Amino acid sequence: MWRETVLVAGKDLRIEARSRVALSQVAPFGIVALVLFAFALGPDRALMAKGAPGLFWVAVLFCTVLAIQRSVSVESVDGARDGLRLSGLDPAGVFLGKAAAVAVQLVVLEALLGVGVVLLYGARIDVPWLIVASCALGTVGLAVTGTLYGALSAGLRVRETLLPFLLLPIVAPVLLAGTRIWQAAMAGGVPADGTQWLRLLVMFDAVYLALGVVIYGPIMESA
Amino acid sequence: MSPDTTTAHPPAPAVRTSWTVRIVGIVALAATTITVWLGLWVTPPDQVQGDLVRLVYIHPGLAWVALYLAFGLAAAASLLYLWPRTRSLFWDRLAASAVEVGVVFNVCTLISGSIWGRPTWGVWWAWDARLTSTAVLLILFLGYMALRRVPAEPEVRAKRSAFVALFAAVDIPIVHFSVLWWKTLHQGATVLNPNLSPTIHGSMAWTLLLGFVALTLVFVWMLLVRYRIGVLEDWLGVGELDVALRERQAEGATVDEGEAA
Repeated sequence: MWRETVLVAGKDLRIEARSRVALSQVAPFGIVALVLFAFALGPDRALMAKGAPGLFWVAVLFCTVLAIQRSVSVESVDGARDGLRLSGLDPAGVFLGKAAAVAVQLVVLEALLGVGVVLLYGARIDVPWLIVASCALGTVGLAVTGTLYGALSAGLRVRETLLPFLLLPIVAPVLLAGTRIWQAAMAGGVPADGTQWLRLLVMFDAVYLALGVVIYGPIMESA
Repeated sequence: MSPDTTTAHPPAPAVRTSWTVRIVGIVALAATTITVWLGLWVTPPDQVQGDLVRLVYIHPGLAWVALYLAFGLAAAASLLYLWPRTRSLFWDRLAASAVEVGVVFNVCTLISGSIWGRPTWGVWWAWDARLTSTAVLLILFLGYMALRRVPAEPEVRAKRSAFVALFAAVDIPIVHFSVLWWKTLHQGATVLNPNLSPTIHGSMAWTLLLGFVALTLVFVWMLLVRYRIGVLEDWLGVGELDVALRERQAEGATVDEGEAA
């Protein structure tokens, strides 16, 4: 299973490295979102710094939707999905591989957006390890749920419009937890609050990872 | 459409509503009427809340149906559909019907809560943990319904919908905990003041109980009716295709004849 995970993740990342869609379209979209949030909140830097954790995660969520759409669309052309099904790879491995590829892209995006938030909104981070932990766990949750819903919506003609509607409410706990952890990690926050939310993220990740490993096979067959 | 093509249409599953459905409907109507009568005329107004307390006879009942009965049924039916041994379109239709009726009850829960919240809390909407979870549940339900509207083969649609219902069911406890913590970790007092909840006894308790029963019966009745509509919809879908195909073939035949001549 692990070998297949690496294989599939490597394939998706190689496609990304060659096409640079994530880097040249998704990442700039994230930055655009940050700038638009700043316009919406006005030039008050104190307000922006206060809203920075939530805005960061909302931007990450939007980028996740795009990254998932991309991850699905690379399989939708040239019968790639059927090829993957016929390849005899373990579905759990395919699931973990695709999720891992999305997660790697999201981590890069989050680093970029994190720098953006600090520079543009003047957010001051006191407890960096909480930020790193929230991003790591949040990314896993987003990539895993996104991959599941992506596979589910793969065959649909209305995928582009339906996927965000289905996915975003499901990942609401990631947004809540991520935002709270960031607030705890920022200047004036209570770091102890953050650890409780980290537990929630661990729970979210574990539930959907387990569900995905078991159920991805049937989803791939039915889509 | 020529009359001879309609005769080829597969027979309707059951044109008339069965007596069970009718009886459930009549009992539900009677129970609701009695609840309304008791709730609006017989029971006394509350000392603190006045007439506003009358919402308590329907609001918890609506919430019980929307949050537990409808969603629980939809999740269980979806799971039974996914389980290979119990796979049957019956479970799929049941889940779909439960979700659709559940959405109606969910919206009614939010509306009745909002009507109560405006005079009591001073706002139409408070970001209370329960309110927020209920709203998220409604959005998940709506997503499920949107997915079902996408045209697909019945089996494919059933499987897809069942997966979405399963993912949503798993998410609900996590959403609930997260919004609970979201409220409580950073705010000392919640908007729900415990002093406001009145001690209920006598006619009020009976009315409250009857409200639960009445709304559960209404749910069951709507579920049965919606299920039947689902069956008829599928029948119509299959029949329409048959009719259209036959018409097309007949058209082709006349064209061929014309060309031959």
